[in-house]
Amino acid sequence: MQKQELIPHLFRTEYRKIVAVLCRRFGFDQMETAEDIASDTFLAAAQTWAFQGVPPNPTAWLYNVAKNKAKNHLQRNTVFESKVSPEVKINASEFHELDIDLSPQNINDSQLQMMFAICHPAISPEAQIGLSLRILCGFGIDEIAEAFLTNKETVNKRLFRAKEKIRNEKLKIELPSPAEIDDRLENVLTTIYLLFSEGYYSVSQNQTLRKDLCFEAMRLCNMLIENNSTNKPQVNALLSLMCFHASRFEARLDKNGEHILYDDQDVSLWNADFISKGAYFLKCATTGNVLSKYHIEASIAYWSTQKKDTKEKWENVLQLYNRLLQIAYSPIAALNRTFALSKANSKAEAIVEAEKLKLTDNQFYFTLLGELYTDIDNEKAKSNFKIALSIARTSADKQVIQKKLEMLQ
Amino acid sequence: MDEFILIFRHEDGTKVASPEQIEVWMKQTMDWIGGIAAQNKFSSGTGLPFDDAKVVWHNNVVTNGPFGEIKETIGGYIIVKANSVEEAVEFAKGSPVLQGDGNSVEVRRIAKRDGVD
Repeated sequence: MQKQELIPHLFRTEYRKIVAVLCRRFGFDQMETAEDIASDTFLAAAQTWAFQGVPPNPTAWLYNVAKNKAKNHLQRNTVFESKVSPEVKINASEFHELDIDLSPQNINDSQLQMMFAICHPAISPEAQIGLSLRILCGFGIDEIAEAFLTNKETVNKRLFRAKEKIRNEKLKIELPSPAEIDDRLENVLTTIYLLFSEGYYSVSQNQTLRKDLCFEAMRLCNMLIENNSTNKPQVNALLSLMCFHASRFEARLDKNGEHILYDDQDVSLWNADFISKGAYFLKCATTGNVLSKYHIEASIAYWSTQKKDTKEKWENVLQLYNRLLQIAYSPIAALNRTFALSKANSKAEAIVEAEKLKLTDNQFYFTLLGELYTDIDNEKAKSNFKIALSIARTSADKQVIQKKLEMLQ
Repeated sequence: MDEFILIFRHEDGTKVASPEQIEVWMKQTMDWIGGIAAQNKFSSGTGLPFDDAKVVWHNNVVTNGPFGEIKETIGGYIIVKANSVEEAVEFAKGSPVLQGDGNSVEVRRIAKRDGVD
């Protein structure tokens, strides 16, 4: 690897580890100190390596420097405190505690605990994603800003407020007790899925960045699977779901980043490796008797990897949506369910059901009605597509609807 | 928004349907409930299997099954969200249970736990 690529690469993989370990060591309220030390470490690397060359083991070099900087910080603090309150004596055991443990085991534990701390219900979902990207994934502020289509100042403000919240709430960096873990895990999984969706459905044109977001979400989910106390069926179900979705990465966008509709995708571009991984984790998810929304969504995503338009496929998809809506309603699930109904039962039945949804501020509602009325009442189909066109937000969406309208002329 | 329980009443629970018929009813019921859930109006619900059913009478007499002197049985229920009893009745009209002659769906508003009802 070239020197100019090496530091950004190491930053992406090692920054988050150093921050997690230091944060856990210093306490959540000193997150900024942990981040400063980690950043200083990389700054030192950039300065030193430019003149003296890259050391034989760059990661070990980084850990060493981070360790020394952290020790100095702790020592300064101890000296300061001992001066302020002379009765505090530094004994041997306290010196021992100055040691910073950057072993693989401690890095893993720290990152896992950080995940739970960041995905705490007290922190807003938006801030959870921002913090996850920064602290758990090592994303730069400018990358986060690009992913959210916003500017650096906004991201910085958002992160600052989240850290303030952490201080005020006195959140601890630790794994929840076994009794709490299912509840807290739900929050962690929600954040991971949001992170994934942010990449998968993002309007950002930067495809590499979008994929990175998805892969990071999958990596975090995988960390939960690798730990015994968090390796739960719903975690496997979520990873399965993300694998199935990720299998269509190369097929769903064209060279210009324009969305390619499912029906028009080149199946040979679907990633068979991801599909079999998805199937594997779905199988792992079937232990126990938990049926989470991720199980159902993963099963739906499995059927999406079967391109053939069979009655069996659509009947299964319909029943899965029927169940999903009972435990986790969302407008998009309601619309997809109605589409599956038209395929499994009939368009006529689906039209009656669609009219009941009344999602009149949703462009996809009118696109669906347009689809359902096509060949049944083309005038109605046109008027629905026209409404959809008038409320569609992105130019890609507008293009898709425009094409459907043209087909009806 | 209020919650209403829709109770499925079967006129004669001793009638045995063919497995094919049961499968058709199952699908119709799932589609019916899915349609309510797609409007974000589904709260909860369950079927009530007849196996192991008991009736406890006055003086703690226990009999098997809901059958015997009473033929009518309850096959299940769902709880829906609705703005009015009329809306809940519209949901009930779609129930596949009503395809059986003599069957009915009872619609009852769920008392709110706010001390007003």
